[in-house]
Amino acid sequence: MALKASSIKVGDVHEEVVCHDLSRTQIVQYAGSSGDYNPLHTDEVFATKIAGYPTAFAHGMLSMGLTGKMLTNWLGDGRLTKYGVRFVSQVFPGDTLTARATVKEIRHENGGPVVDLEVSTVNQEGKEVVTGSASARLDP
Amino acid sequence: MPVERFPVEAGHIMLFARSIGDANQIYYDENYAKGTEPGAIIAPPTFVQASAQFDPDYGLRPKIGQKWFGSGKNPTGSNVKEEPVAEQPRAGGGSGLHAEQHYEYHRHLKPGDVLHSVSRPGESWEREGRRAGKLIFSESITEYYDQNNELVITARSVGVRTERPVQQD
Repeated sequence: MALKASSIKVGDVHEEVVCHDLSRTQIVQYAGSSGDYNPLHTDEVFATKIAGYPTAFAHGMLSMGLTGKMLTNWLGDGRLTKYGVRFVSQVFPGDTLTARATVKEIRHENGGPVVDLEVSTVNQEGKEVVTGSASARLDP
Repeated sequence: MPVERFPVEAGHIMLFARSIGDANQIYYDENYAKGTEPGAIIAPPTFVQASAQFDPDYGLRPKIGQKWFGSGKNPTGSNVKEEPVAEQPRAGGGSGLHAEQHYEYHRHLKPGDVLHSVSRPGESWEREGRRAGKLIFSESITEYYDQNNELVITARSVGVRTERPVQQD
């Protein structure tokens, strides 16, 4: 089911908890599926002793993927036309992330309604980890 | 990172969806997917990042028979200075990180697609960061084409090299 233009208005906010107590195993799964085996993400010894981080941390692309789940769950399958983010803070094992979309504009493009969204994902302390934007085709 | 051949496979899509904690049946259940608007399994929006699996020279995957810079017996398996790959750590403790990622979808991917991509460098710039010293940003644009040579996804990626590890506040 795709989101209907008639059911939203500018300023509406939609949010979803996209991960709870992020596990190191989830990060390992992401390394395996994406092919990004950078040891910064899965190798505690390397991340702390060589790279100088307090602990291993998630791939930025994992936080983008988790955030994207909120978008596709809300907008419907195959509806995104644009999706982009900045990685503003690191995501660590144990983090709980809430992804939020705010309706900025509803417009018409190629004869159908399109929504422009502002995207923001925060951790359990309310600290922003991802900011971005997305656009999607809506039902009328 | 350009790839010559990136076959989009159902099993890979299922594993990728699991790895982002996405239980949507459209990513693994063919029968369910038939009843949805796309009418078939599709890939999650960030799936093309997994094209790294099909890049023979991708620097963040251990290569058979070569030293790997992650830990084994020692914290790192190789001398950092010998490593040519851009993403690898520098002696100062800083490293290469992903700063931004943007996608434009011309259509969504489905199993059976066979993609190839071309990449070109975009802008690069520098600034002084509050938490990680001098930051050097560089942009790259990757276009993914399907088996009919049609553009399916345009990706813009920004990487950053930090002078030192990002301080946590």
